Amino acid sequence: MPSTRDIRRRIKSVKNTAQITKAMQMVAAAKMRRAQQAALVGRPYAQLLNEIMAEAAANMSGFDHPLMQSRPVVKRAVILVGTDRGLCGGLNSNLFREAAKLDKNTTVFVTAGRKASQFVARTKRQLNAEFSYQDIPLFSEARAISKLAQELFLTGAVDAVDILYPRFINTLTQQPEKVPFLPLGKLAAVTAGINAPKQELAESNTPEVFEFEPDEETVLGALLPHSLNFKMHQILLETKASEQSARMVAMKNATDNAKQIIKDLTLEYNKLRQANITKELLEITTAQMAVG
Amino acid sequence: MPTLKLEIITPSAKLFSDDVEMVTLTGIDGEMGIYPAHMPLMTQLVAGEITARKDSQNIHMAVGDGFVQITGGRVAILTDMAIKAEDIDEAAAEQARQRAEARLAEKLGDEETATVQASLLHALTQLKIKQRRRL
Repeated sequence: MPSTRDIRRRIKSVKNTAQITKAMQMVAAAKMRRAQQAALVGRPYAQLLNEIMAEAAANMSGFDHPLMQSRPVVKRAVILVGTDRGLCGGLNSNLFREAAKLDKNTTVFVTAGRKASQFVARTKRQLNAEFSYQDIPLFSEARAISKLAQELFLTGAVDAVDILYPRFINTLTQQPEKVPFLPLGKLAAVTAGINAPKQELAESNTPEVFEFEPDEETVLGALLPHSLNFKMHQILLETKASEQSARMVAMKNATDNAKQIIKDLTLEYNKLRQANITKELLEITTAQMAVG
Repeated sequence: MPTLKLEIITPSAKLFSDDVEMVTLTGIDGEMGIYPAHMPLMTQLVAGEITARKDSQNIHMAVGDGFVQITGGRVAILTDMAIKAEDIDEAAAEQARQRAEARLAEKLGDEETATVQASLLHALTQLKIKQRRRL
């Protein structure tokens, strides 16, 4: 039987924990709103980029960009986008469970986020490079990752690049998802899969013949890498939104649990306290009766 | 009078979306003026000024590098920076320029250099357009 003092001490410690998780929940909630906002403002841009790419694809006259070359896949690279910090529920473990399914020998990893590189190191997989990104991922951070992936692909070190990241569905649900990055198979699908809403291609499907200035190769040569960089950036933004949402939910659960425990412990403490008082009263009266 | 729909979109905002009579912009092959019923064209945009004429009034904007897509009735511009001339904060742009130049003097990695150069370009473009407007 624990003494009242033990229970009091436990209540205090649980209270402290609840305070911390509550604070983390608040911080995550604020950051989540910002991250979601950041992921959303890119939508019109993504949509227009989609349209331009689709129209460019429809107008290409047998032009083949090196980034579009599909080869038989012997070795593939996977860009694993995780978080920097833990305490975000099952977000990372769900993601890494998917990553663990990939063939160790033919897959090279490029990681973003500390947890992802830790996972790759721990499970002794091949790590090509690791990147980090900030709370609001910068475009330059995305560009660095995307550039490396393009280099790997163009030098022939790998024959395909995929991205594995926690897709943001809503605040309560995030799902690990693997999306193809390179080669750019069908141009039209380049930026689809980002959280862009269904694009309306109907009007732009009218067969118009585009002029390219100065020529196809130059314009596409700039457009394709740019769209890849942009896609990478969107994915980082989305991962951040997922992370903050998952953390907020996890911390909310932790706070709720702590509150429940405090309630139970307080009840137990009061019971014990009353039992002690009753016992003492009983002792006093018995003693008095014995004297009197 | 026939009009063109001009859309200027950056990753962080939709700066402009309106019907205009004419657009002047700097493409990779030089400055070009676009009137309604222009032939479909796709080209790269060079950092500089975009002028749109609406109701015989000129609207000036500073833009960064990007892409332009012209279809019959629409000009779509994707760029990494866009700001209206009257919204340019000259002091802020000047500060950004100095900051960027100071950063460039340091030793930087390739990635950082690219980022700093981009922001330097943005600042310079904004300053240039602000100054030109004043003349």
